[in-house]
Amino acid sequence: MSNLNSLAHFWPELILTVTVLIAIIADLFYRREDSYKVAWWILGGLALTLFSIRIGGSLISSLFMGTIAIDPFSEFFKVLILLSTTLVILMSFNSKELKDYRVGEYFSILGIMAFGLFLMVSAIDILMLYIAIEIVSIMSFFLAGYLKKKPESNEASLKYVIYGAFSSGIMLYGLSILFGLTGTTKFFEMQTAIASLGSDSSLALLLAVVFILVGFGYKISAVPFHFWTPDVYEGSPTTITAYLSVAPKAAGFAMLIRFFNQVLGDGSAMTSSTWLALNGIPWPQLIAVLAAATMTVGNLVAIQQKSVKRMLAYSSIAHAGYMMMALPLMSESGIYSIMMYLTMYLFMNLGAFYVVIYVEGTSGGESFEDFNGLGWKMPFVGGVMTLFMVALTGLPPTAGFIGKFYIFAAVIEAGSQYYWLAFVGVLNSVISLYYYIRVVKHMYLIGERSETVEIPSSKLVIALLLFLAIPTFVFGWYFSPVVNWISESLVIFNGM
Amino acid sequence: MDSLTNYLLVSSILFSLGLYGVVTRRNGVAVLMSIELILNAANINFLAFARFGGMNMTGHIFALFVIVLAAAEAAVALAIIINIFNNFDTINIDDVSELKQ
Repeated sequence: MSNLNSLAHFWPELILTVTVLIAIIADLFYRREDSYKVAWWILGGLALTLFSIRIGGSLISSLFMGTIAIDPFSEFFKVLILLSTTLVILMSFNSKELKDYRVGEYFSILGIMAFGLFLMVSAIDILMLYIAIEIVSIMSFFLAGYLKKKPESNEASLKYVIYGAFSSGIMLYGLSILFGLTGTTKFFEMQTAIASLGSDSSLALLLAVVFILVGFGYKISAVPFHFWTPDVYEGSPTTITAYLSVAPKAAGFAMLIRFFNQVLGDGSAMTSSTWLALNGIPWPQLIAVLAAATMTVGNLVAIQQKSVKRMLAYSSIAHAGYMMMALPLMSESGIYSIMMYLTMYLFMNLGAFYVVIYVEGTSGGESFEDFNGLGWKMPFVGGVMTLFMVALTGLPPTAGFIGKFYIFAAVIEAGSQYYWLAFVGVLNSVISLYYYIRVVKHMYLIGERSETVEIPSSKLVIALLLFLAIPTFVFGWYFSPVVNWISESLVIFNGM
Repeated sequence: MDSLTNYLLVSSILFSLGLYGVVTRRNGVAVLMSIELILNAANINFLAFARFGGMNMTGHIFALFVIVLAAAEAAVALAIIINIFNNFDTINIDDVSELKQ
């Protein structure tokens, strides 16, 4: 589709852009203590964006001379991104850390980041892919270092910028080799070119794939590209930690699925139930090993943490590992289960982080000791935190169980060569029980029982906690709406 | 002399120097400079492939975009390093370790 015609189907991104511009200008008119009002502009824009996602009908096509795809698959991820951005903006209202700063830019940058994530989930051209990754990365560097006076936050942004720029540089080098091998930047033309490559270029191809995997691995914080994660997650404002652990990860998985399915696979994921790797590149095996390493490292290190925030950072690495299990299967049910897991993960992970933000705001810390006796002092907060922890472990009857169930079912279904992966996954779920339940233990068993009972004074806190807790619980036994939604969204633009 | 191999050789040397710099340098600005080397190595690749591969302008356009994005990234990174200097009085990345490893 030509550039001008494409604009008619580009409403969500256009609305987001205009929203951010308006928010930046509006910010100039607010006094410092009123600067949080910028959030309402952004929230309004996000709501409009949500309604505009289907404005061009459910067209499946490519836009802007084949650089961006619009399909139900990207729409699914756009809804997830909008949902998590909205929730994180609402969560930021109660953040104690942000109180000392002017927050106008903070909300505008979140808007820009959502825009970058939109491009990430729909890019079908390596140039667009690289631009999208850079938009998201640069904005996350800003946000990680938003607390300018706090040394931890400075350090987080320094580490983030160094790891981020480094891994995207390596990825770019891999992309340049791939460009040289195929002579094009478009996914589908690349796929045809790779399929007809001779065996003399297989080493160059492997090198390019490994380099590109560095960039992707960094985005979804897979082992061994995870070193930035704990420090960045711990140092950043907790609201941003929550955001980084959900939205860019979801977009990263969307990108990975699209790239591996359409460039390195034969692209038939949605027409037949399985597809094949091209030219015998052993990337499915490679990713299977990385998945096993990711969950094991994430879980084993999470056990030793003293801070709940840092523990959740490691646990988010482990969750990326669970989702990666379903990547090498190259089956429709694999993609399906990743989308399922991401939906469930969004609610339970944002919920857990929101409780941490709330506890930080009341008791001032985020270590396990700060949670002592919380369950007695604040029964409501303690109760929902218990629910989130149980869900993150993956026990029934919560959303986490359903997410894990679909992943394991897909892995088992793929045949006996992946049984070991499922075994490692189950073992890891058992390990994770230890450190999640430790939070519950600190809330109810350690520390004195408080006689007075507090409930959160802010209605926003209660509403948000309920909004996150109810799906976490309900999707554990009533998930057919999610199932239907994902089945409808399993249509990936395949170049036709 | 004017062959694709020579250009690829230069770019791979540049890439390796960049990698080496990122791993060994402890000065924040020097690390950023090494990252620029990696990006420029990729740029040389894009331009060389575009010229010798008989392709259209895609490679050139790609290189232009990379230059712009590298500038944006450098601006943010330098701002962060200035902030680090204000808080820590150093830009040695090993000394910036408030968070436990």
